[in-house]
Amino acid sequence: MKLFLKIWRQKDGNTKGKMVDYTLDGVESDMSFLEMLDILNEELIAKGEVPIEFDHDCREGICGTCSLMINGRPHGPDSRITVCQLHMRSFNDGDTIVIEPWRAKAFPVIKDLVVDRSSFDRIQQAGGFISVNTSGRPVDANAIPIEKEMADKSFNAATCIGCGACVAACKNASAMLFTSAKVSQFALLPQGQVEAADRVMNMVRQMDLEGFGNCTNTGACEVECPKGISLENIARMNREYLSASIKG
Amino acid sequence: MDSKVPAGPLADKWTKHKNDIDLVNPANKRNIDVIVVGTGLAGGSAAATLAELGYNVKTFCYQDSPRRAHSIAAQGGINAAKNYQGDGDSVYRLFYDTIKGGDYRSREGNVYRLAEVSTNIIDQCVAQGVPFAREYGGLLDNRSFGGVLVSRTFYAKGQTGQQLLLGAYAAMNRQIHRGKIKSHTRHEMLDLVLVDGKARGIIARNLVTGEIERHSAHAVVIASGGYGNLFYLSTYCMGANVMAAWKAHKRGAFFANPCFTQIHPTCIPVSGDHQSKLTLMSESLRNDGRIWVPKKLEDAKAIQQGKLKPTELKEEDRDYYLERRYPAFGNLVPRDVASRAAKERCDAGYGVNKTGEAVYLDFSAAIMRYGREKALTSGLKNPDEATVRKLGEEVVEAKYGNLFQMYEKIVDQNPYKTPMMIYPAVHYTMGGLWVDYNLQTTIPNCYAAGEANFSDHGANRLGASALMQGLADGYFVLPYTIGDQLASDIRTGPIPTDSKEFDEAEQNVHDRINKLMSGAGTHSVDYYHKILGKIMWNKCGMSRNAKDLKEAINEIAALRKDFWENVKVPGEAESKNQELEKAGRVADFLELGELFAKDALERNESCGGHFREEYQTPEGEALRDDKNFKFVSAWEYKGEPKDAKLHKEDLKYENIEVKTRSYK
Repeated sequence: MKLFLKIWRQKDGNTKGKMVDYTLDGVESDMSFLEMLDILNEELIAKGEVPIEFDHDCREGICGTCSLMINGRPHGPDSRITVCQLHMRSFNDGDTIVIEPWRAKAFPVIKDLVVDRSSFDRIQQAGGFISVNTSGRPVDANAIPIEKEMADKSFNAATCIGCGACVAACKNASAMLFTSAKVSQFALLPQGQVEAADRVMNMVRQMDLEGFGNCTNTGACEVECPKGISLENIARMNREYLSASIKG
Repeated sequence: MDSKVPAGPLADKWTKHKNDIDLVNPANKRNIDVIVVGTGLAGGSAAATLAELGYNVKTFCYQDSPRRAHSIAAQGGINAAKNYQGDGDSVYRLFYDTIKGGDYRSREGNVYRLAEVSTNIIDQCVAQGVPFAREYGGLLDNRSFGGVLVSRTFYAKGQTGQQLLLGAYAAMNRQIHRGKIKSHTRHEMLDLVLVDGKARGIIARNLVTGEIERHSAHAVVIASGGYGNLFYLSTYCMGANVMAAWKAHKRGAFFANPCFTQIHPTCIPVSGDHQSKLTLMSESLRNDGRIWVPKKLEDAKAIQQGKLKPTELKEEDRDYYLERRYPAFGNLVPRDVASRAAKERCDAGYGVNKTGEAVYLDFSAAIMRYGREKALTSGLKNPDEATVRKLGEEVVEAKYGNLFQMYEKIVDQNPYKTPMMIYPAVHYTMGGLWVDYNLQTTIPNCYAAGEANFSDHGANRLGASALMQGLADGYFVLPYTIGDQLASDIRTGPIPTDSKEFDEAEQNVHDRINKLMSGAGTHSVDYYHKILGKIMWNKCGMSRNAKDLKEAINEIAALRKDFWENVKVPGEAESKNQELEKAGRVADFLELGELFAKDALERNESCGGHFREEYQTPEGEALRDDKNFKFVSAWEYKGEPKDAKLHKEDLKYENIEVKTRSYK
């Protein structure tokens, strides 16, 4: 198939970017979307042009590195997948495809389609952990039984891959879904209770400092999340935050 | 080669060693810096633990966050000798299974230690809030993996690596927050710096700005993973590379058993020339999936041509070849055995996709079995087949949902309704930097952990043992053993970066980048990488012979020469440049590939993942030669790969009787 691509090109964080048009022929339906971009890049290199930079690594939907806005949707038209799992069979011959980076103040563009998501790391550093040292002598793993339902819910929250699609999808560029997933993972486990109040206060504070917007309950984040992280987590974080605030 | 395995009874070695080695007191640890390259399970857990202990840690990873290291993609699980299932497991049995699984090519002392600390890993991870799968009673669940007869694998659906890595990442974050770890993301180590023969720092490139930086420390830990991307197509992530380990090798660290590579039996088959990577379907699927090909050649041909569907083939026309050849272990034979058996059937013409390079992994029997069980426990009397199937599909979805979804997205077929197609793919490298019992390489103060070292898996790794080894090295081994060497550094003071050694290393890095940027510009980096991958897969892959290996050596050397003269790297070196990053990595693979083939040629026996066609039994099983090859090959760098010098570490088995490995 033949495709008409409109792709965001930007030399670096200090230079203004623009959309550039490319035409690509010979695309096959069982190629992945990123393999389609690989082929475009090979053509650009052969022509002596600088290839398009985009973030990607595992190419199996788990590392959370790939991050493209395709025709206005994070990770493209399919649901519950990342860009690297998107295949060209989702497109038709003659389609025009618009490819942009994540757009959010807290995710500045580094080059072309690559953005800086270190703000996510700093939110995790503010409290996304349980303070236990590696001693080799903690309690036995089966000493505290955990109800299967709670363990499963905690796991579901913990499957967030930190890709940032929730922020990109949100009209406020809010990071509530991302932050609440980690808060929830620990809030649902007995091991996470001890530091629960400090954790939620510190992580929310950092989230605000990074310049992410507020949540207005639109739910776009949940729709676009490749791992299906539920809005329930945001509700849980709000409860945790309120109860931590009252405790002082 | 001195492995420094302590003397004494096997079960006491590690305890005794911990009692004997030097410690660094907490106040002095504050004066000692440690660099950790790579932040996957091994590097992340090592960095967090070293920082907890008080060392000043600097971490480096090429990804934009430590959370993205490829450990995250490990699916099936992590082994531990907890014996929660009461099925006869023990530390000794895990040790024995690992030595046997590795085809008697690993060190007894190291493997026993691994089995011993495995139980601590599970305790540690649960304490950190890793949400492992649980049973309805609230206790941890287990499943089985290949090459063993017990259920000792802990898991979190098909995302165990993700959950364990996020645990290590969280432990790192706690230390980053305290200022004890300085995390350098989007950085790549380009050289190791030695001062007075000791590893004292690295040269790194800031991948965003292109700036070349000097970083010093009292010790350098290399935890940069394996080198399977040598094959171009593999289940590794796109950025995985051997640069850190290879640079250490070129500075004097011996490289061990480079030809020991794991080719995983259950991956999604190659679909076309455009393919950039292969996707694994977890070994855990072999708990419930049955592997087969058609019994008759004409049925196979009809399937290849799309005239026959697998579901139309009667039970008696299917050849469950693993169950036929290996009745005791069946579909759960180790990976090397399963991969070779698939290749054997496909080479004989029984493959089931259009290229003839695929076999079926079929869940229909498991779906019906689970469905009947579920119907019973739900109180359904005489359910019809459709109901049973529906209930069974729900059970299978709960166990493997994300894997089935991944398969459907890639292949565009529904694996609940039709069998999966699978084929072997490069997945893991058992070889790596040679290390002693302390995980120290042949360069003092330079350590290697996780997949980057060679230590525990011999010639074949068992499933769910990579996560175990990475975390064992990082949480429980290295943080203790590193003290033995660093105890002598308490008065050294900070290592200056303005020495002639740093000058020389930085100059080397600049020269190499300039050379890469000034190629004649005929072909892209990927062009060379793909050719190298084809040579490796065809001549150094699942089965090897002397003629092919000799050809591979010559072809790789010629390709390397061509690469350095003609590669085309566009853009600038002083900015973000993904092509330049790739070029540096492929340049290393073009050297390692030749050493790999040389190592495979030198080893005149078949063992584990290394199958030499000249050495097999009449039934086609691997034929080991313990008299002549019961050693670790440790290669010393001497310029060109062809000049590498072989050192041998003889393997001593004092606790295990060395036998022919049988899964029949």
